Amino acid sequence: MLSIRNLTADVDGKAILNGLDLEVKPGEVHAIMGPNGSGKSTLAHVLAGRDGYSVSGGEVEFEGQSLLDLEPEERAARGIFLAFQYPVELPGVNNAHFLKEALNAQRRARGESELDSVAFLKLIKEKIAQVSMQPELIKRPVNAGFSGGEKKRNEILQMAVFEPKLAILDETDSGLDIDALRTVSDGVNAIRSPERAIVLVTHYQRLLDYIEPDVVHVLAGGRIVRTGDKALAKELESKGYGWLTGRDEAA
Amino acid sequence: MGSTATEMDELVARGYEHGFVTDIETDVIPPGLNEDVIRLISQRKGEPEWILESRLKAYQHWLTMTPPDWSSVRHPPIDFQSISYFAAPKKKPELQSLDEVDPELLATYEKLGIPIEEQKALAGVAVDAVFDSVSVATTFRKTLADAGVIFCSISEALQEHPDLVRENLGSVVPHTDNYFAALNAAVFTDGTFVYVPKGVRCPMELSTYFRINAQNTGQFERTLIVAEEGSYVSYLEGCTAPQRDENQLHAAVVELVAHTDAQIKYSTVQNWYPGDAEGKGGIYNFVTKRGDCRGDRSKISWTQVETGSAITWKYPSCILRGNDSIGEFYSVAVTKGMQQADTGTKMIHIGRNTRSTIVSKGISAGKGQQAYRGLVRMTQRAEDARNHTQCDSLLIGDRCGAHTFPYIEVKNPSAKVEHEATTSKIGEDQLFYCRSRGLSEEDAVSMVVNGFCKEVFKELPMEFAVEAQKLLAISLEGAVG
Repeated sequence: MLSIRNLTADVDGKAILNGLDLEVKPGEVHAIMGPNGSGKSTLAHVLAGRDGYSVSGGEVEFEGQSLLDLEPEERAARGIFLAFQYPVELPGVNNAHFLKEALNAQRRARGESELDSVAFLKLIKEKIAQVSMQPELIKRPVNAGFSGGEKKRNEILQMAVFEPKLAILDETDSGLDIDALRTVSDGVNAIRSPERAIVLVTHYQRLLDYIEPDVVHVLAGGRIVRTGDKALAKELESKGYGWLTGRDEAA
Repeated sequence: MGSTATEMDELVARGYEHGFVTDIETDVIPPGLNEDVIRLISQRKGEPEWILESRLKAYQHWLTMTPPDWSSVRHPPIDFQSISYFAAPKKKPELQSLDEVDPELLATYEKLGIPIEEQKALAGVAVDAVFDSVSVATTFRKTLADAGVIFCSISEALQEHPDLVRENLGSVVPHTDNYFAALNAAVFTDGTFVYVPKGVRCPMELSTYFRINAQNTGQFERTLIVAEEGSYVSYLEGCTAPQRDENQLHAAVVELVAHTDAQIKYSTVQNWYPGDAEGKGGIYNFVTKRGDCRGDRSKISWTQVETGSAITWKYPSCILRGNDSIGEFYSVAVTKGMQQADTGTKMIHIGRNTRSTIVSKGISAGKGQQAYRGLVRMTQRAEDARNHTQCDSLLIGDRCGAHTFPYIEVKNPSAKVEHEATTSKIGEDQLFYCRSRGLSEEDAVSMVVNGFCKEVFKELPMEFAVEAQKLLAISLEGAVG
């Protein structure tokens, strides 16, 4: 589904990704771990198409087509979703309205019919229940004044509504207490399916207690330095990243 | 077809007969301003003697004044002798069909969802079937008449209700008020008069009807709205469709009078031609708008969405004379390209326990320059008066500017004044967030900007709010990137 070959990327003229390779198949859950500054978030943003992250070499293919020339909204319409580490506040923009407009923009781009208000309302009720979000949050402006946990849950709600083929979660576990972590994880597990792939970008092993990955990668210095299964994450927890990066750094 | 044509003629003629549309005059006074010109205007309009006298007085006063130079707008000096002051309803070169209209203008009408007949009227195409608007207009007039509401042109009001006009005209904005108000008082040609009798709630928004019929009220428009004790009226001025006009200078005066327990809601959408890419040919909009909360517990609300004109210079104000009276000002102003706006409000608290709220949202894009200029004055008598001002600016791009000039005068120790101001740039992170959810860049801008303006839009009557949102989206097309 997602195929990354020898990807190099710069931010502000500084090389962050240095020949990264990654292969993700439908139905798989991959965890990308690594120390701070290893390029985890850069990878997530490059995949979503953020301006300012310039790809200097390599290839990224999604379902057999090159991704790098597509605008962020085109990537969204093709089924790529990025859950932000720091979800952005949109003051005055109603959350339900935002979701409906975004969903319908994606559907239009795919040549599907738009959902009318009745159909959307039905869908959103179902999804809110699925991700255990407080129904009031859907009536408030997008993320404005939300707590950290509410913001993350709102990201998971969006993911549930858009039903992406590939979901990338950028440090979704950061700043969450144990209850919020559990509901967020439940939300992710609920959308696991044989057609859908999930990439979890995380610094800590903790999230993987709730979402069991099929593959674990360690990113360091802008490339994947080790790939393994769940056991690798456990090993990282006890030994830190230093033994892989050659630097002395605590996990 | 013949009979249809006759019916049409009749209906059109009936429209004029009802008199809301300015009488068609074929003669135009040559450019220039002097006492004879003013006499001629008054004579052509068959006005009572007192109004001629007041025009002449205003003219004499205007001669002693100089154009204001305190605002932050910049423009070449205006040659007042080059203007024709009896710009009688301009016979615009009538086009035969919409095919002859600037396609860009039509595209905008299309996006705004303006019905085809209104498109024609706005673009100056010979309107061959005003059936709908005429019949609607007739129904409106009947409903209003049944309620006792007077809604007519100021010329008509001078003929039909001279005492009401005489009592109120110039009572809120005297001709001595400012340079452009003096000029308007001397040479105004038409405008609107609304009178809502005691205890009457005006049965409709005074709007839709107005949209077509308000064309050609001239560049010196005069509006007077009087709400008697316990009455209510909501008045909508302007139109979201871009309107072209040969006249560069527009200097209107709007006066509102709210008596005890009366409420006036005045909403404006202003989208005059802003000029070309260099700002040439755009309208100078120098307006004086003021409301007088004359009675206790009266309330006046100004809501404005300003997206047009090359230069906007306007400060809709409230004089809170009555005890417990309330003044409100909600504004969205957009400047892009070479547009300049110096706008804001004045809240003059005189009565006890008076309240005012100011919410100003300024959006600048391109090389647009914008200033919020607001005065809050708590006079000595204004016991326990309160004001809250919120003034937010949003910048799009790095060549535009936003400036805030709050003037606060407090002469009563029990009065409370709050002022909050923010300036923010439309965030790259906000746009990316929206786009990563599937929205196009333009939809993302429009969503963020509409969110920014929400507090103001919710004050607009429903249909206007929807139009205003669309208008904002169109105004900012291509503003990012």
